Amino acid sequence: MQLSRDKLVEAYRKMATIRAFEERVGAESVKGAIPGFVHLYAGEEAAAVGVCMHLGDKDWIGSTHRGHGHCIAKGCSVEAMMVEIYGKAGGLCGGKGGSMHIADLHMGMLGANGIVGGGPPLAVGAALSAKTLKTGAVSVAFLGDGASNQGTTAEAMNMAVVLKVPAVFVIENNGYGEATAVGYHCGAGDISARTAAFGMPAEKVEDGTDFFAVYEAAGRALRHAREEGMPAAVEIVCARQGGHYTGDPQPYRSKDELEQVKKNDPLVRFRKRVTGEGLVSAADLDQVDREVAALIERAVQKAAAAPLPAVEELTTDVYVSY
Amino acid sequence: MIVPITMPRWGLTMTEGTVVEWHVQPGASVGAGQMLLDIETTKITNTLEAAEAGVLRRHVAEVGQTLPCGALIAVMAPPETPDAEIDAYVGSFVITEVADAGGAAEVEPKTAAVGDLTLNYLRAGAGAAVVFIHGFGGDLSGWALVQTPLASAFDTIALDLPGHGKSSKRVPHADVAGLAGELAAFLDAIGVQRAHLVGHSLGGAVALAFALAHPQRAASLSLLAPAGLGREINAGYIRNFIRAERRKDVEANLRQLFCNPDLVNRALAEDVIRYKRLDGVRQSLEALEGAFLSGEQQATVLRERLAEVQAPVLVIWGREDRIVPPAQGQGLPANVQVEWLERSGHMPQVEAADKVVALLKRHFAKAA
Amino acid sequence: MAKKSIRAAVNDALKLEMRRDPTVILIGEDVAGGAGGSGVQDAWGGVLGVTKGLYKEFGPGRVIDTPITESAIIGVAAGAAVSGLRPVAELMFVDFMGVCFDQIFNQAAKFRYMFGGKARTPMVIRSMMGAGFRAAAQHSQSLHALFTHIPGLKVVMPSNAYDAKGLLIQAIRDDDPVIFLEHKAIYDLEDEVPDEAYTIPFGEANILREGDDVTIVAISRMVHVAMDAAKRLAAAGIQATVIDPRTTSPLDEDSILESVEETGHLVVVDEANPRCSFATDVAALVADRAFGALKGPIKLVTAPHSPVPFAPNLEDAYIPNAAKVEAAVRATLAARELATA
Repeated sequence: MQLSRDKLVEAYRKMATIRAFEERVGAESVKGAIPGFVHLYAGEEAAAVGVCMHLGDKDWIGSTHRGHGHCIAKGCSVEAMMVEIYGKAGGLCGGKGGSMHIADLHMGMLGANGIVGGGPPLAVGAALSAKTLKTGAVSVAFLGDGASNQGTTAEAMNMAVVLKVPAVFVIENNGYGEATAVGYHCGAGDISARTAAFGMPAEKVEDGTDFFAVYEAAGRALRHAREEGMPAAVEIVCARQGGHYTGDPQPYRSKDELEQVKKNDPLVRFRKRVTGEGLVSAADLDQVDREVAALIERAVQKAAAAPLPAVEELTTDVYVSY
Repeated sequence: MIVPITMPRWGLTMTEGTVVEWHVQPGASVGAGQMLLDIETTKITNTLEAAEAGVLRRHVAEVGQTLPCGALIAVMAPPETPDAEIDAYVGSFVITEVADAGGAAEVEPKTAAVGDLTLNYLRAGAGAAVVFIHGFGGDLSGWALVQTPLASAFDTIALDLPGHGKSSKRVPHADVAGLAGELAAFLDAIGVQRAHLVGHSLGGAVALAFALAHPQRAASLSLLAPAGLGREINAGYIRNFIRAERRKDVEANLRQLFCNPDLVNRALAEDVIRYKRLDGVRQSLEALEGAFLSGEQQATVLRERLAEVQAPVLVIWGREDRIVPPAQGQGLPANVQVEWLERSGHMPQVEAADKVVALLKRHFAKAA
Repeated sequence: MAKKSIRAAVNDALKLEMRRDPTVILIGEDVAGGAGGSGVQDAWGGVLGVTKGLYKEFGPGRVIDTPITESAIIGVAAGAAVSGLRPVAELMFVDFMGVCFDQIFNQAAKFRYMFGGKARTPMVIRSMMGAGFRAAAQHSQSLHALFTHIPGLKVVMPSNAYDAKGLLIQAIRDDDPVIFLEHKAIYDLEDEVPDEAYTIPFGEANILREGDDVTIVAISRMVHVAMDAAKRLAAAGIQATVIDPRTTSPLDEDSILESVEETGHLVVVDEANPRCSFATDVAALVADRAFGALKGPIKLVTAPHSPVPFAPNLEDAYIPNAAKVEAAVRATLAARELATA
C-alpha cells in the first residue's frame, strides 16, 4: 500500500462527501425539494474513489445513471452539482441536465447518462482523442452490471481493443440492473471473464467495499492503459445501500441482504483500517466529517436559494450556432 | 448585300449566349451603334449594338434561345433583298470561328510567384504591354470585353490582385502603396518593364501610385472611375460587398455598380457569392477595407500628386457612377484628359466597353 | 476550375480539411477498406470509393477502419468530438442509423443542451441515402426527417458537386453534430468545383431558377427531378421557381415563404415517405405562415407510404419523377383556374 497520509485523507474526504451528498439529496428529494427522481450512489463510494484517485484533471471518465459519486470523485464542484440537481440557474449544467446528465467536460467528466450503456462508446472516443492528440490521458468508462449486457458496451470493448486505445472499463457490479438480479440478467454469470474475452486484461475485485482492494486493482488496469496504450477492465463487486431510485422500497432484496450491506459499509471499513494501522487518527477523520457536513449544508443552502433558470433559457444552448 | 448578326464572343470565357430581349423588330431601320438585343452570358447580360446602319430583316434567334458564339442570330439586308434570298442565306449559314484577337480565346491564365503570393493573370496578344488592374472585389475577368479587342494589337495582361480571383487569398500589404508594390513585383516576375497601365476604381488608385513610384515604367495611365482622387466614396457598397450573404442582398448591392441595374443577373451575383465563400477572401477583403477606408471615406487621396505624373493620363468616368462620385473627375490638372460617358455607371469597361476600347486605343497611340 | 463529380468533391473536401486541421479524423466501416487483410490496406476507400486515397496521405491513425459496429463508431466519434478531435464518421448507408440511433439523438445531439451550453460536439456523420440502386428496403431509404426532427442536429443534403464540397467543409468546421447525407444515385454528377477550400453556410437555400407561376421545393436528388419538370413546364409556358434548401435543419424558411408570396403555388418534392416528412414540414410552414398568398392547394410529390421495393419496376414507381411533379404543378394551377372561372 503506497498511499501517503494526505492521500488517505483525500480518499476519505471524497468518500465521505459522496455519502453525505447522497444522503442529503435523498432526504431533500423525499421532502420534494428536488424535482424528478434521483439514483443514489451511497454504498459504492470505494469504487468511484478507488478508481479516480488514480486520475488527473486531463483524464476522462464516462459515467452512468448513478453518476453523482463519479462526479465528486473526479473533482466536480459539489455546490454546482447540488444546484444542478435542484434544477436551478448556476447549476453545473444551468439546470438543464439535472441528476442524470450531470457533466463537466472541463473536469474530464463526460457526463452521467440517462441511457444504460450509453457511456462506454463515448469513453472510448475520449481515449481515441488522447491517443491521437498524444495527451497522455486515459479514459475510464464506468458502467454497471446492467449495462454490461448492452450491445453498446460490447461494441465499445471490442472497438477499444481493435483501435488500441487507453480505455479502462470499470464495471460496478452492484448486483442489480434496476430490480433484476445479476444472477438472472447476466447469462455468462462472470462479467469480468466475459470482458476478458474481448482481448483485454480484466480483473475482478470480489469485495468492492474495500477501498484498498479497488485502489490496487484499478491501479494495475490504469497502469496498463497508460503504459501500453491498451484497454483493460476491472469488475468491482459492490452494493447499493438504497434502491434503484429514491423511494424504491426494494422488496426484491431480502432483509438479510440489506443487513449485510449495512455491515459492509465502505466508509466504516476504511476508517477502521486507517485508524487501526495508525495511518490517520480518528480525530482527523472526524474533522473531515465535520467539514464535509458543512460543505453539504452550504451546497443545499445555495441550491435552495438559487433562482430558477430564466424562461428564455428554454431554447438556448441547443446549438453552438444555428 | 446580306449582313449577318452573330452571337458575339464577349470575353475569353464566353462560349454561348442567350437572347433576352430584342430591341429592334424585323423591318426596322437601325443606325450604327443602335441597341439590337440583350444577350445573357454566364457572367453578365449585355447589349449588342449594330456595327453599321441598315435594315433588320429577320430574327433568327428567338427570345430564350441559347446559341454558341458565332451562331447566326439575325440578318440585316436592304429592303429590296427578296425573302427567298434571306431564307437561303439562313439555311446555308455555317458558324465560322469568331474573330478572336490574337488567338486570345485559347489563352489560359497563368500564375506568377510574387514573394510568397501566387498571382493569377491572363496574357494575350503581342505588342506594347498593357496591364489591367481591377478594383475591390473584382478580378481579371471583368476586363474581358476590353482585353479581347485590345489583344489584337497589344501584349495585354490582366492580373488578379492579392485576395482576388484565383490569386492567393491573402493581402499582406493592403494599402494602395502596398498594392502598387505588389504590382511592381508582379511585373518584375513576368518580365514586363514598362506598360500602359489601366486601372479601375481601387485598381485606378493602385495604377496611379505605381506611376508615381515608378515614373519610368508607366507608358501611359488610364484610370476608370478611379479611387484616390477624393475622400468621398460609397463605403456602404464596400461594407455590403463583404458582408451581404443572401443572393438578393448581393444582387441589390451589385446593382449600384451599373447605370442599367438589369445588367446584374443571377450568374454574376452567384459568382460573387462563390468568390466570397473561398477561404481567406473574407479576411482579404476586410484587410483591404481597413486600409482603404477611414471611417466612411477614402484613406488615401493622391489627387494633389496627379500633376507629377509624366506619362499621359486619361480618366474615364461614367456620369451615373454611384460608387465613386464623378464630381471627383472635375478640376483635375491640365495633364489629365477626362472623358465622360453617358448612361454608364461605375463599370464603364462593361457598360460601355466599345467606347472604352476606342478611348484606350487613342490614348495609347498618343502616348506612343 | 475543373469539373468534379460529387464523389470527387466530397473526397476533396475531406482531404483539404484533413490537411488544414490535424484534429480531423475519418472513422467508419471500410473507409480505408482492407485493414488487416492479406492484400492492400486501403483497397476500397469506402464501399463506393468516396474516401479513396486518403489513407495513403493520412495513414491509419487518421483514416480509421472499424468493425461493423455502428453504435461504437458513432459513440466513439461523439466522445472524441467533446474531447478534442473533429471526427468525420462514415455510416455507409443511412439505413444503418437504426443500429446506433441512441448515440446520435440521445448522446451527440443533446450534449450541448444537457450540459448547459458547455459542450461543443464538432462531428460529422456522413452517410449514403436514397433509392435507385436496386438495393431494396434496408439500403435505400431517405431518412432525413428523423434527424431534422431532433433539436441539436444539423442535416445537410447536397444536390450537386459544388454544394457538396462547400457544405462538407462547413460541416467539418461546424461545432455542432452534422448529419451529411449523400445521395448515392448522383455521385457521378459533375459540376464546376473550385480547387480551393470554401464554405457554404447552412440554412441558405439555392434558388436554381426563378419563375412567377409556381414554387417547387426539392432536396438532394429530387432537385434534378424538379428541374426536369420545370424545363418541361417552361416549354408549356409555365414558369417555375425551383428552390433547393440544401439543409433541412436549419431550414431557409424565408426563401421558401418569399417565393410562395410571389407565386401563390407550392409543390414539394421529397424522396422520403410522406408522413411527418420534409415535404409535410415545408407544407405546414407555408400553410401556417403564407396561407394568404396561396392560390391553390399545396401539392406534395413523395414516395408512397411503403418501404423501398426491390423489383426494378416497383422501385421506379416508388421514386418521384418529373412527370409526377409536372402533374402536381398542373393540379395546383388548375385549382386557381377553377376558382377564377
